[in-house]
Amino acid sequence: MALLHTVNKSPFEKNALESCIRLALKGSSILLMEDGVYGAVKGTAKSSLVAGAKGKIAVYVLGPDLDARGVSKDKLIDGVKVVDYGGFVDLVAQHSATQAWL
Amino acid sequence: MKFGILVNEGPYTHQASDSAYQFTKAALAKGHTIDRVFFYHDGVNNGTRFTTPPTDDRNLVNLWGGLAKEHNIDMVVCVAAAQRRGICDADEAKRHGKDGNNLADGFRISGLGQLIELGIQADRLVVFGD
Repeated sequence: MALLHTVNKSPFEKNALESCIRLALKGSSILLMEDGVYGAVKGTAKSSLVAGAKGKIAVYVLGPDLDARGVSKDKLIDGVKVVDYGGFVDLVAQHSATQAWL
Repeated sequence: MKFGILVNEGPYTHQASDSAYQFTKAALAKGHTIDRVFFYHDGVNNGTRFTTPPTDDRNLVNLWGGLAKEHNIDMVVCVAAAQRRGICDADEAKRHGKDGNNLADGFRISGLGQLIELGIQADRLVVFGD
């Protein structure tokens, strides 16, 4: 089973998302949470990171953290799926292990 | 499924303690088991009962303590990280000649062995930090 990677820092602040996408194996998943949700926004200087992972890695974003930052769902990169905390729990259960990119 | 939670960041620092708390609540609501939450590094600051946020703000220490009591979760604060940051229970205070103690209800002080055990016994270990 594949890994679930969690990224909680903005790609404008740290390179965790870039490293994660570069090293994550095909078929694994990434959950963007906390300030990491900015990586899921389209039309930014860092949008190509997540957009480029399409077809290789499934990308999820934590809805409550989007709401807390006033990022509406129509601003998300195509293919990014929104989950709530319950969905976060399901993702952890569905993957063999979770790797936090702190 | 059995989940283990590791919190490496203090409350009101960024968001890790909040995220971990919300995740823990959601996992319990879905019927999963959380046997232990381990507080390491600055995460030990989640375990001081002297925390006094403004009354209209969430009190993370009390929230964690309440969750632990309600669901019988073992909340472990790393002893070495706690000593460095001035977190101690009555025994630790006596041992080190301190004039008081500040460990919050629902927490206990123990060692890294508890984290290793958690990693072995839990089906999934989820890490929250800065």
